[in-house]
Amino acid sequence: MGIEIKMPALSPTMEEGTLAKWMVKEGDSVKSGDLLAEIETDKATMEFEAVDEGVIGQIVIPAGTENVKVGAVIAVMAGEGEAVSVPPPSAQAAPAPAPAQVESALPAAPEAAPEKAPAETGTDQLVTEAKAAASDPAVPAGTSYTKLTVREALRDAMAEEMRADERVFVMGEEVAEYQGAYKVTQGLLQEFGPKRVIDTPITEHGFAGVGVGAAMGGLKPVIEFMTFNFAMQAIDQIINSAAKTNYMSGGQMRCPVVFRGPNGAASRVAAQHSQNYGPWYASVPGLIVIAPYDAADAKGLLKAAIRSTDPVVFLENELVYGRSFDVPVLDDHVLPIGKARIVREGADVTLVSYSIGVGIALEAAEALAGEGISAEVIDLRTLRPLDTETVLASLKKTNRVVVVEEGWPVCSIASEIMAVCMEQGFDDLDAPVQRVTNEDVPLPYAANLEKAALIDAGRVVAAAKKVCYR
Amino acid sequence: MVLIRRFEEKAGQLYGLGLIGGFCHLYIGQEAVAVGIQSALTPGKDSVITGYRDHGHMLAYGIDPNLIMAELTGRAAGISKGKGGSMHMFSVEHKFFGGHGIVGAQVSLGTGLGFAHKYKGDGGVCVAYFGDGASNQGQVYESFNMAELWKLPIIFVIENNQYAMGTSVNRSSAEDKLFRRGESFRIPGLQVNGMDVLAVRGATEEALKWVQGGNGPILLEMKTYRYRGHSMSDPAKYRSREEVQEMREKSDPIESVKRHLAAAGVSEDEIKTIDQSIRKIVNDSADFAETAPEPAPSELYTDVLVETY
Repeated sequence: MGIEIKMPALSPTMEEGTLAKWMVKEGDSVKSGDLLAEIETDKATMEFEAVDEGVIGQIVIPAGTENVKVGAVIAVMAGEGEAVSVPPPSAQAAPAPAPAQVESALPAAPEAAPEKAPAETGTDQLVTEAKAAASDPAVPAGTSYTKLTVREALRDAMAEEMRADERVFVMGEEVAEYQGAYKVTQGLLQEFGPKRVIDTPITEHGFAGVGVGAAMGGLKPVIEFMTFNFAMQAIDQIINSAAKTNYMSGGQMRCPVVFRGPNGAASRVAAQHSQNYGPWYASVPGLIVIAPYDAADAKGLLKAAIRSTDPVVFLENELVYGRSFDVPVLDDHVLPIGKARIVREGADVTLVSYSIGVGIALEAAEALAGEGISAEVIDLRTLRPLDTETVLASLKKTNRVVVVEEGWPVCSIASEIMAVCMEQGFDDLDAPVQRVTNEDVPLPYAANLEKAALIDAGRVVAAAKKVCYR
Repeated sequence: MVLIRRFEEKAGQLYGLGLIGGFCHLYIGQEAVAVGIQSALTPGKDSVITGYRDHGHMLAYGIDPNLIMAELTGRAAGISKGKGGSMHMFSVEHKFFGGHGIVGAQVSLGTGLGFAHKYKGDGGVCVAYFGDGASNQGQVYESFNMAELWKLPIIFVIENNQYAMGTSVNRSSAEDKLFRRGESFRIPGLQVNGMDVLAVRGATEEALKWVQGGNGPILLEMKTYRYRGHSMSDPAKYRSREEVQEMREKSDPIESVKRHLAAAGVSEDEIKTIDQSIRKIVNDSADFAETAPEPAPSELYTDVLVETY
C-alpha cells in the first residue's frame, strides 16, 4: 500500500484548485522537499513539495485538471522497496489504514474520517451559491453581461479609474510586486508602473496617514489594507484626519481617499482576523462606507468611490472574492453611492443585509419560498449614508423585517435598522424586527465553535418565520 | 515675530475674558522658528503642516490676523467658519495644511504632502513641524522610513521647546538629542538654535538644498522655548519661574533681532513705529473677532461631506 498524496489546501479559504502541472512522472524517485506539482488556486500558483521519500507509483489526477477538491488523492507513492498498488477509485472511500500515514497510529475504529473532506466550518455556511438577483435599476435595459469574480471586478474598477485619471494611485502592503495579498491588484503594476502602484512597508498607521496627506495635497489615493483588522492601527488617520478635516476647515480641505480591503470573517483565522468593522465606520459623520456583495456592485461602487470627493471606507469580503457574478458590459459602469438595491422581490417579509450576509439572505429566501413565505431581500450596499427610504418602503409592503448581518449584534447596522424601523416605520410593523447576527463573542478557531458563532440561512429562516408568526 | 508675540498676548487676554474657549496653545517664545523657516520657503509652491500650536505659523505665512482671531472666538468669519477653533485652522490658498489636534498625526500627513509633491513633480517641498513630545510617537518613525525609502521632498522640523506638556525631554526621551532621531533611517539631522531667526533661516536654506537635490528628507531640531504654559489651562508647575525668566532675558528671539537691527543702524524710533503699527493690527483683529457674528445655526450641517448622495 503506497502513500497517498492529496490535494493540499494552500490558503484558509481554498476548497479546490487546478492541478496545473506535474513536475515528476511515474517511476521517479523523490525525496522530501522535491517539487511534485504546480497547483493554481484562485489567488496564486503554488509549488507543491514532497514530504516523504519514495517512488511515484501512480499519478491519479492528470495535469491540467480543474476543480480538484482539497483532500482528493492526486498521486500514490510507493515507500522504499514497496510495490505500488493503487486501489480502484471506487474503493477509496473506505481504505485500509495506510502504514505510512500518521493516522494509522490512531485507533482504527471510525475509519471514514481521514477520507472525509476537511471539517465543516463556520465559514462554509457563509459560502452560498450565487442566487439569481433582480436586475439593478441603474443598469440600462438590454445591456449584455459577462461573468466576473468579485476580485476581477474590483481590479477592473481600479484599472479603469487609473486609466481615466492620472491622480489615482494604489498603495498598500504587497499590492505591487506580489500582485496583491488576495490578488485584487493583479496586473496593476504591469500596466501602471511603480509610480502608481506602490508597495509599502508594514506600517498601517504611517501609510494611512501618507494616503490622507496625499489626498489633501491633490491626489486620489486608493489605500489597500491587507485586511481591515490591520486598519485598527490606522483608525486615527481614517477618522480624525480623513473624516473630520473638511468640516473642521469650514469646507476648505478635501480628502478624496479610498480605504479598501477585506473585512469580516474569513475561514478559520480566529478572532484577531475576523471582525466586521462596518458598524464602527458607519457611525462616523464625514465618511462614506460601502460594503458590496456581488461583482457588479463591487465594480460600480468602487469606481464611484474613487471618483468621490469624500473619504470612503470600502469594505470587501475575502470569502466573496472568488465568487462569480454577472457584471454588465458597459464602458463606464458606475453606481450611485447611498442607494440600496432590492435583490429579490417578495411580499411577506423583508430581509435586510449587506456584504456576505446578502448571500445568506438569498439562500434563506429560497428556503422560505419552499414553505410558502415570500421574502424580499434588500442589499444595503452603502452603510453610510444609509438608504432608509428603500428599507421603509419595503417594510410598508411586507410589514415584517429581519436584519441579517455577519457581525456582532451590539451597536450594529442591525441595531440601526431596527431603530429606524421603530422610529419611522412603527405603524407599518406587524411584528418586532428581528436580527440574525454572529454570536456576541470573539470569533473562535475550532471548526465547530466557529460554525456556532457565525450566521447561517437556517437561523434567518427561523427568524423570518417568527416574525410571520409561522 | 512681533506680530506673533502681540497676537498671542492678545489671544491670551481674550481667553481670560472667556471670548476664546477650549484649548489654546500660545507660540510666545518660539517665534523665530516659524518666521525663519517661512522666510526661506517659496510661497505657493512649498507646503506646510503643523500640530495644534498653529496661530504663530499662520501669521508667519501671511494669513490675515482677523480670520485667525475670529476663528479663535468661534465666529462665522473665522478661517474655518468657526468650526475648527484654535487647533484646527487651514489655508489651502497658502498651502498651509493645518492645524492638527492629534499629536504626531501631521507627520504622516506631511509625508503624504511630500509624496504628492514628488508624484506631481511640482518642485515643492513639504515642511512638517512637530514637537519634542510628538517625536516619541510611533507613526513619526513609520513616516521617516517611507520618506527616506522613497526619497520624498520633506523637511521634518522638531520644535523642541523642551516640555511635552509637563514632561521634560530628559524625562521622556531615551535619546534626547532629537536631531539624531532619523539616524537609523539614514535621515541626516541638524540641531539649530531656534531662538535665533537668522540661524533658523540659514539651516532651512541648507535643508532645502539637500531636499531639492533629490536626497530625500532631512531633520531639523529647533531648540526653542515656550514662555507660557502648554495651553492656557496649564499652570506650568513643572519648571521654575527663574528658568523662564532667564530664558526671556538671555535668549529672547525678538530682542536678539532688535540688537541686529540696531547694529545695522535702524533707529529706536523706527522700531517703535513698527511696534505701534503691529499693536493696531492686533487690536483691530480682536475688535473684529469680538464683534463678528457667530455662525448661522444652519452651518452645523454643512461641510460634513462635499457631495450629496
